[in-house]
Amino acid sequence: MKPSRFNYYAVDSIDAAISLIAQQGEDARFLAGGQSLVPMMNFRVAAPTALIDLNGVPELSNVRIDNDGALHIGAMARTRQLETDPEIAEANPLIAVAAAYVAHTQIRNRGTIGGSLAHADPAAELPGIALVCDAEIHLRGLSGARVIEAAKFFDGVFTTALADGELIEKLYFPPWPEQRCWAFQEISRREGDFALVGIAAWFDMDASGAISDCRLAAIGAGDTPLLLDSPAQTLTGSVPSDALFEKAAETVAGDIAPFDDIHASADYRREVAAVLVARTLKTAWERRR
Amino acid sequence: MTRTYIGKPVTRLEDRRLLTGAGNYIDDVKLPGISTMAILRSPYAHARIQSIDLESARAMEGVIDAFCAADLDAQLPVIPLRLAPFDGFERFLQRPIAVDKVRYVGEPVAVVIAEDRYVAEDALELIEVEFDQLPTISTIEQAAAGNTLIHEAAGENMGTRYTVARGNARAAFDDAAYTRRERFVTNRHGAVPMETRGLIAEFDPEAPLLRLHGATKVNFFNRRHLAAAFDLPETSVELIETDVGGGFGARGELYPEDYLVPIASRRTGGPVKWIEDRRENLTATNHSRDIVCELEIAATAEGEILGMRATVQGDMGAYIRTNGGVVPSKAAQFLPGPYRVPSFSCDVQFLVTNKTPVGTFRGPGRFEANFCRERMLDMMADDLGIDPAELRQRNLLTPRDLPYRIGELVPGDPDATLDRGNYPAALEHLLNECGYADWDPGAETGDGRVRGMGIACFIESSAAGPPESARITVFSNGGVEIRTGASSVGQGTETGLAQICAEFLDIDMNRIDVLHGSTTLVGIGGGTFHSRNTVMAGNATRTAAEALKDRATELAALRWNCDARDLAYDDGAVHQDSDRLTLQELAAFAETRGEMLSADALFDNEKKMSYSYGAHAAQIAIDIATGVVEVERYWLTEEIGRALNPAMVQGQAIGGVIQGLGGTFLDHFVYDEDGQLLTGSLADYLLPTTSELPDITAIALENSPSEFNPMGFKGAGEGGIVAVAGAVGNAVAQALKPYSVSINELPLTPDRLRKLLRGAGA
Ligand SMILES: Cc1cc2nc3c(=O)[nH]c(=O)nc-3n(C[C@H](O)[C@H](O)[C@H](O)COP(=O)(O)OP(=O)(O)OC[C@H]3O[C@@H](n4cnc5c(N)ncnc54)[C@H](O)[C@@H]3O)c2cc1C
Repeated sequence: MKPSRFNYYAVDSIDAAISLIAQQGEDARFLAGGQSLVPMMNFRVAAPTALIDLNGVPELSNVRIDNDGALHIGAMARTRQLETDPEIAEANPLIAVAAAYVAHTQIRNRGTIGGSLAHADPAAELPGIALVCDAEIHLRGLSGARVIEAAKFFDGVFTTALADGELIEKLYFPPWPEQRCWAFQEISRREGDFALVGIAAWFDMDASGAISDCRLAAIGAGDTPLLLDSPAQTLTGSVPSDALFEKAAETVAGDIAPFDDIHASADYRREVAAVLVARTLKTAWERRR
Repeated sequence: MTRTYIGKPVTRLEDRRLLTGAGNYIDDVKLPGISTMAILRSPYAHARIQSIDLESARAMEGVIDAFCAADLDAQLPVIPLRLAPFDGFERFLQRPIAVDKVRYVGEPVAVVIAEDRYVAEDALELIEVEFDQLPTISTIEQAAAGNTLIHEAAGENMGTRYTVARGNARAAFDDAAYTRRERFVTNRHGAVPMETRGLIAEFDPEAPLLRLHGATKVNFFNRRHLAAAFDLPETSVELIETDVGGGFGARGELYPEDYLVPIASRRTGGPVKWIEDRRENLTATNHSRDIVCELEIAATAEGEILGMRATVQGDMGAYIRTNGGVVPSKAAQFLPGPYRVPSFSCDVQFLVTNKTPVGTFRGPGRFEANFCRERMLDMMADDLGIDPAELRQRNLLTPRDLPYRIGELVPGDPDATLDRGNYPAALEHLLNECGYADWDPGAETGDGRVRGMGIACFIESSAAGPPESARITVFSNGGVEIRTGASSVGQGTETGLAQICAEFLDIDMNRIDVLHGSTTLVGIGGGTFHSRNTVMAGNATRTAAEALKDRATELAALRWNCDARDLAYDDGAVHQDSDRLTLQELAAFAETRGEMLSADALFDNEKKMSYSYGAHAAQIAIDIATGVVEVERYWLTEEIGRALNPAMVQGQAIGGVIQGLGGTFLDHFVYDEDGQLLTGSLADYLLPTTSELPDITAIALENSPSEFNPMGFKGAGEGGIVAVAGAVGNAVAQALKPYSVSINELPLTPDRLRKLLRGAGA
């Protein structure tokens, strides 16, 4: 379990990173927390010829909250910071709660939000959160900068819309209304393991007491994190109740495409996704202020 | 002054060293000029090797040598059978490196020796092997059908098969008011110690000398076989122990690498190191536990057991290694357990498949047997409307029944007898402790989960021969040294032996150094397995200490020119009226006479085994909708005769329970139909972690000292693990009683439980 030979470069700016990776060719990789990439290298599942280390690029770790409450999180922000930083929790409580489900403290100390999104494990928490929050992903490449919605970023298992040599610079999370009801729940084999299946949800209420807007996303339920449109449609315009949540849960099967693996069958993931939809919505509703 | 150490929870002597990073594990051993070995392992479960091309690997910079079977001219040795060497197994033995054919994923195919592990792994990628894939035997059913033969010359995939019996099972079943038949499956899993295996060989054919660092467990057996394999006198083979990060029965057996590393050293003429990485560990180190058991029980309407009948089929993997048929044979032997089972018969089958070979793992066969039997008893209790604890009390052997001949349930083993004890009292103690009488399974707890409590009883044999050695020496600097043939695998052997020595010599324990295991330290040694160190090495230490006191007294008599019978020993010194000579002074005196103050002992229990026994209880909560089980509380009682160090006993019990919970819920070597291991990393092979721990209450009972050793010890290393699946399985079954699902197969994963519940309409 030793990686094959590679060159290592430390850079201190985004510009240096993207020009160096272009020079190094398609077998070069950015190194963030290394918590996914390095194990893959040790197994020789990945054999990059060069690593461009982003850990010395200060601008990638910036976290900023706008006056309107919008949240900007630099790609190199550590999962542990997302979990523990009170300002982030204030700006978007769903991020903090979900981050605590990622692996273990030691791994969260190193792993980054950018790395998690770029790695695109379909059972990873942070991609699901980016999706459910309508986050925008800011990318930089030799050909310039672009912004892509989370909903368009994930292409498949471990594949994304990132072009060769393109870098995630930061994530933008739109403002979070104070009255929003939200929750995240997942089932995993052990604490800290990737989710067998997990659900993130939020909804806003209108003056009449009906749900005016909502999003639900599932992780571990398909090749990518998935937005759950059917339950969202069931919820929108209705008054929250356990019965409504159960009804919404029943519609989830059509929105997901889970797979079998050694830890759980597709059948398990399908039925537990529905269970978690109902439970997540209930928890969200109980949290209303 | 009398110092008391035995029975005290003294802090382990090893801890400071190990916890401050001063341990000396095999990878810490550095030798000048050392090179590193890496092994190309078979990617296929079953294939013929057409050709192996090592040229590019050999040519790579930094590579010192590369070899495969074809480069080894002499006939390769086979890995010997150490235990349960049943007739027929000789057809299924493994050679250290694949010859012509590979039979499991992970079998060694070629070896590279290089200046470091990075280069070695690069070179492995350059080796070209042409394989012709063969049909794979990935289940015992396929093995039994025998359409493909794994070892052609054997003519079958059945390693061996036998029947053992006592009483008259047929008659018992014919006459019984109640019978039931169930099929149980225990999951293939294994020791997976924190520290993987590793070896360093220094082979000097001229001297001749083969020194192997990283040895443990059964060094003298291993030395004998390595000496034979390399055509050396036994005295030319040195097996050296290092610290060990977990053995659990799997480490220290002879494996292919125990031959390949010496071969590599002989070929290169320098020391060679091999450290098993985790990926190798999961396919190269013995697996265990993989049995299917068809169990039938016969009883009266009042729940009195009349007989048991069983077929135990063990999936042995591709070769029979050193542990022979231990796992299935012990599963069969322990099926009747601590109960009065007048008639018993068991058909035991050892099936060879294209998987990693099987060997012992903490509580081999017992964990499996207890799961099957204890689940069966709960089903019977249910059928007959008898409380599970009451059913057990009706059937447990009582003090009046013991000693109880269980008969010859393992071919070649002596007729076995359960020694004295009080099984019902150990269960009673547990029931009081866990509040069994007040437990209400139907109670609503408000969190939407359903709860269950399950119990399971066990017996556990320990400390079968061979004898164990100890030598105590006192030096003129005041230091005291114990040398023993037993190994330490991290369980606290140094501390335990020092406690005994300190108490009998009446000296401060901190003066004592314990050196263990290495063949260079002692002349003979039995080794470490079967929970035997405290029993065997402990009693040897005591005998040596007594002999040393006698020798010290003789020396004092010489010194004082008096009669030894007028002298007394106390407080680490020999006394005559107000005069005293300390052990240190006597050691100095002995040295002036050209001798050492030293005494040897060998403890032999003549293979008379004591059985630890006790009971486990688990309280679980299950979320019906997700199948997620939480073990909320766990209790066990374990009669061990006498606790040398209660803190270490507690640690063994708790560690055993945790490891058992792993085997019940998580640990699982999963293979696909092509014989590929799907759980090839610790991301997929799941071990229990601190996040999953319940509150565990472990109670060591000291009410029934062993009659077979003067100190009364019984083994205490395995009672914590052996009944976990039984107790937890029963707890889950109780919680799920309204759904009538059968908890017959491990591990209990959320997926498996949901599948059962879904089938029951939940
Ligand atoms: C034992 C263990 C358990 C884990 N459990 C979980 C879990 O439960 N949930 C979970 O979500 N994750 C889990 N992880 C993964 C962990 O969260 C990783 O840290 C994360 O997925 C990747 O982040 P990283 O910063 O370590 O990225 P790295 O490993 O450094 O990189 C991953 C990939 O992303 C690319 N990359 C990194 N940064 C950028 C960037 N800014 N722009 C473009 N590409 C980039 C890299 O080139 C590489 O291809 C676990 C990891 C371990 C070791």
